[in-house]
Amino acid sequence: MPKETALLQMNDIVKIYPGVRALNNVTFTLYRGEIHSLCGENGAGKSTLIKILTGAEIRDGGDIFLDGIPIFPKTPMDAQKSGISTVYQEINLCPNLSVAENIFIGRQPRKRIGGIDWKKMNRLAETAMARLNIRMDVASMLGEYSVAIQQMIAIARAVDMNSKVLVLDEPTSSLDAKEVRQLFFTMRKLRNAGMGIIFISHFIDQIYEITDRVTILRNGNYIDSQLTKDLPRMNLISKMIGKDIAADVLHKGSEAGAEKSVFYSAKRLGKRGVIAPLDIQIKYGEVLGFAGLLGCGRTETARLIFGIDRADEAEVEINGKRVKILSPADAIRSGIGFCPEDRKTDGIIANLTVRENIILALQGRYGMFRRIPFAKQVEIANHYIELLSIATPGCEQLAGNLSGGNQQKVILARWLTINPDLLLLDEPTRGIDVGAKTEIMNIVVRLAKEGKAILFISSELDEVVRCSDRVLVFRDRSLTGELTGELDARRIMETIAHAGGEAPARSPAEEGLYG
Amino acid sequence: MDKLKTLARRKETLAVIALTMLLLFNVFFTPGFFSLELKEGHFYGSLIDVLKRGAPLMFMAIGMTFVIATGSTDISVGSVASIAGAVAAQMIGGDFSTAAGSAAASLTPLPIAIAAALAVATLCGVWNGFLVSRLGIQALIATLLQVAGRGIAQLITRGNVITMYYKPFFEFGTGYFLGFPICIYVVLAVALAAYLFSKKTSYGLFLESSGSNRSSSRYAGIKVQRMIWVAFAVSGLMAGIAGVLIASEVKAADANNAGLNYELDAILAVVLGGNSMKGGRFSLPGSLIGALLVQALTTTIYMKGVPAQTILVFKAVVVIVVGIIQTTDYGKLLAKFIKKRPAGVFEVEK
Amino acid sequence: MNPLEKPRMPGFVYRNITFVVAVLLFISFFGLGSVLFKNFFSLQVFCNLLIDNSYLLIAAIGSTMVVIIGGIDLSVGAVIAFCNMSMSYMLTIMKMPLIPAIVIVLLIGTLFGMLHGWLVTFKGFQPFIATLAGQFIARGACYIITVDTIFVDNPFIVKAAIFKIRFLGSFISVGAALAVLMIILFQIIAENTQFGRNIYAVGGNEQSANLMGLPVKRTKFLTYTTSGFLSAVASLVFMLYVLSATGTHGDGLHLDAVASAVIGGALTSGGVGLITGTLFGVLTQGTIRTMITFQGTLSSWWAKIATALLLLMFILIQRAIVTGRERSHVSRKVEAVDPKAVDPKLISEGNYAQ
Repeated sequence: MPKETALLQMNDIVKIYPGVRALNNVTFTLYRGEIHSLCGENGAGKSTLIKILTGAEIRDGGDIFLDGIPIFPKTPMDAQKSGISTVYQEINLCPNLSVAENIFIGRQPRKRIGGIDWKKMNRLAETAMARLNIRMDVASMLGEYSVAIQQMIAIARAVDMNSKVLVLDEPTSSLDAKEVRQLFFTMRKLRNAGMGIIFISHFIDQIYEITDRVTILRNGNYIDSQLTKDLPRMNLISKMIGKDIAADVLHKGSEAGAEKSVFYSAKRLGKRGVIAPLDIQIKYGEVLGFAGLLGCGRTETARLIFGIDRADEAEVEINGKRVKILSPADAIRSGIGFCPEDRKTDGIIANLTVRENIILALQGRYGMFRRIPFAKQVEIANHYIELLSIATPGCEQLAGNLSGGNQQKVILARWLTINPDLLLLDEPTRGIDVGAKTEIMNIVVRLAKEGKAILFISSELDEVVRCSDRVLVFRDRSLTGELTGELDARRIMETIAHAGGEAPARSPAEEGLYG
Repeated sequence: MDKLKTLARRKETLAVIALTMLLLFNVFFTPGFFSLELKEGHFYGSLIDVLKRGAPLMFMAIGMTFVIATGSTDISVGSVASIAGAVAAQMIGGDFSTAAGSAAASLTPLPIAIAAALAVATLCGVWNGFLVSRLGIQALIATLLQVAGRGIAQLITRGNVITMYYKPFFEFGTGYFLGFPICIYVVLAVALAAYLFSKKTSYGLFLESSGSNRSSSRYAGIKVQRMIWVAFAVSGLMAGIAGVLIASEVKAADANNAGLNYELDAILAVVLGGNSMKGGRFSLPGSLIGALLVQALTTTIYMKGVPAQTILVFKAVVVIVVGIIQTTDYGKLLAKFIKKRPAGVFEVEK
Repeated sequence: MNPLEKPRMPGFVYRNITFVVAVLLFISFFGLGSVLFKNFFSLQVFCNLLIDNSYLLIAAIGSTMVVIIGGIDLSVGAVIAFCNMSMSYMLTIMKMPLIPAIVIVLLIGTLFGMLHGWLVTFKGFQPFIATLAGQFIARGACYIITVDTIFVDNPFIVKAAIFKIRFLGSFISVGAALAVLMIILFQIIAENTQFGRNIYAVGGNEQSANLMGLPVKRTKFLTYTTSGFLSAVASLVFMLYVLSATGTHGDGLHLDAVASAVIGGALTSGGVGLITGTLFGVLTQGTIRTMITFQGTLSSWWAKIATALLLLMFILIQRAIVTGRERSHVSRKVEAVDPKAVDPKLISEGNYAQ
């Protein structure tokens, strides 16, 4: 990109939340006529940076210049008025209003007498969509259209508002390949017209296909910014994860030769738009690790296994027998437990005591009328408090008062009480201090040694390497590889970075129609 | 000192303190509040009145506690009570003439009549629970039953106020045993039963869990929908008992007025008892004390000569004030006064 | 066959299919009544519908707006009763002049609306608790003024009450005319002002509306305030209708108001609703009530039960349609187009001439 005044310049951005520095003097530069990807793993700070840019959060330090003019967006409306528009992952439009209305709400053209000029609004809306090569009935309801088209409408709104900067937050998460191509065609058109586009995505292939430059953040710090074509995939990934390419902790391989029996087996486990069908087996006494970047489909797979989401089709066998798992209750009955990623909303019940949290699933199995006697509850709770070294003044402490690490242990204890054969652990060490992390990993390995089947999902390659006997590698919502034997971080990263290959985008006219 | 702290943190504490203060207030400022007379082996007096008149409210408060613990509300309790009273009256028999349903005989055996009334009331609750838990529609539906319920009750009584004459039926509402009104014993018995149900089975735990965090409870394998359903069914049953009690006390089934405005009182009782409208942890004893508090308040106001209608306004205002107290974000208020919090070992929230 | 792929019906009809249903429902009931009862099928019977339900019409407008924004107003009947009582008291007992009395009453209703709006928007109250409390305050305040019935004898009011606006051989009352005017006025507001469109937006997806920069809090607050105001207006019309005031007036009216909105096509989940649809919701209920009157022997409580059943039926049908739509999830199609074909000033690739 030629050296010119940047369209958007963010300098030394600082954002502090209680106890943590989410953004530490971060710099970000966006030029006119460029598609720029903002990359980083969970907790890297990219969503915080975007929130500050779009007025959803207020920065604690630093400057933002748009076309050389300093701006200080305090609300989403401020940002929009300054010329920064955002298309969110959930397409924040109103499905009950017409397409034209969504484009013009809040700024509808008025008649001389004062009411809204619907005819003019519809005409302008048609023009807005035509800019993106789309003809549609703008008077029809937004809700009738697919996510891909709704995205286009959101983009049309941004363009019509003369936005200079367009932020696309995970725009391709719900799109199929064809829709992605059409989105990219539109993005290129806007870029060629001079717009600056910030593209946030965790799909590595897409980043390499569409973006001109890449900025990487990690742990709230600015790491690097380069032209996409000058940055090899491996380098990008290692910058995001913070691992040097030089190999790292070797895994102490599992007991060789021990032929383990298969507990869970699934063929063609998949869900359209969520995860490509895959075959998977999990054996007793093994830790199966899921590795990959954020959003690559690991959690989604675990949810399919546990029955929270329904798979499109799947042949599932437990201990060799065909079963149907259509709900968490089914999964629990088949001997599967699941520690979800989001402790706060899906795991811990903050109002209840540690004891109640621990025995909850077990009590659920017994039913309403066979109450576990109080003394027994205390006994069970104390047993696990000791076993997992849960730091709590007692089992009557409110679970919400525990630290993250201990809350995680409580949830683990909850599942251990019902003695599942397979335990799915989704990011069990997230947001936990280092000491507790190690404890939990040791527990995981110990459980496997005792014969349980464990599925271990973590974004920390270190942990995956340390705990797993086998690793399945995911990328872009599909299973791309399986690693056994000597594991190390480098092998995993290589598998992730393994280049794909996509045909260049064609115009909708060449592709055929939308949809 | 520690014991005092744990006591202070209990849900019921506020209600107990408020009740005590109210009683103290009456000691000084309301002559005759505490006078007890013994006539024909029965105790009479304002205190007894509070217990007696508070009985239907206490029943409803029990049911409402469960419903509020799930995070919902049930405003059909008044109409359900009215329906129950109407069913009982129809089955026992009564009329504005002394012809039908004499003082000696009931058209249907008393136990069956009462059982029928309770069954219908429970059915109303089950219906509510079905709509809320299965179809996910909320207060709107309870509203529905509230208005239409009175209509159903009117239909059952064919628009008349049915006066009853069957003496044994009145025992429930007006009889005495060992000096105290029978209804008190019934309240205590039912309250005990409800308490045991919630504590001795794991229903209480499941309910608190579902109300505190629906998603986590589902993940843990709790049948959240069923818990909500049961809560509404119990609320219906309790409203039914209250309705039968009211009919027994008044010796008539008045479809229009039976249980009128009880829903607000029940919600107020539960909230004053320390239960949060957001759901989660609940305290049955708290609700009962809350009900006593509401009733004592009402009686005190009556004795002061304030017209009955003002009480309605007063109670509504209390609901609003309590609601504001509960929903005020003290953290934000405090933050305005405190400049900066030291960065502690908190977890990353965002 | 996927209904979305059928040859498109006129846009208005397709988008407002629930409105069409409401109209058809009304016509069906009216037709049924005409078949069952002599003298039913007449313009005057239709006009009587408007006369008898004029206050409900006005109040239901407010309830419709509140339902669209995703809330509910349980105070409608009580506020009407209290405003009516206040007005009657001021005119009859205090012998106040008419205009100040009207202003005060409108103020009272608006204040109630503002209370609800404040509690819901700024204090995070659930709408039905806030308006339930409001209902009890209004009802109690009603009785505080008096527990008896006040009979209005103000000569102007009495004249206005019996005044007949004649047309086509029939007549309607002043109240009915006002109700129709209000319906037209608020339909225009809902369709043609930013305030109206914002209500739909906020009701459709509050988070989106916020992110799009719409004044969400202000819109919610004003919607409840308007509902209170309209309840006050309805009370004026109500007074013309009953020429008296008593504490039990308007009991259960909130059910009728919400039912009218839902029958008229409003979704309880918010974001959808039509003021003119509510008109037909009221007319349908009124027709049922008239049929019961014509029948003569049925208790008037049947009308309330019928309303409740209708409301329930509509809610269940709405649920079924919404879940059906969510499951099928077939998207409507769009076409590719050359921008210049739409607007010659646009260039296919490059800058965007407006």
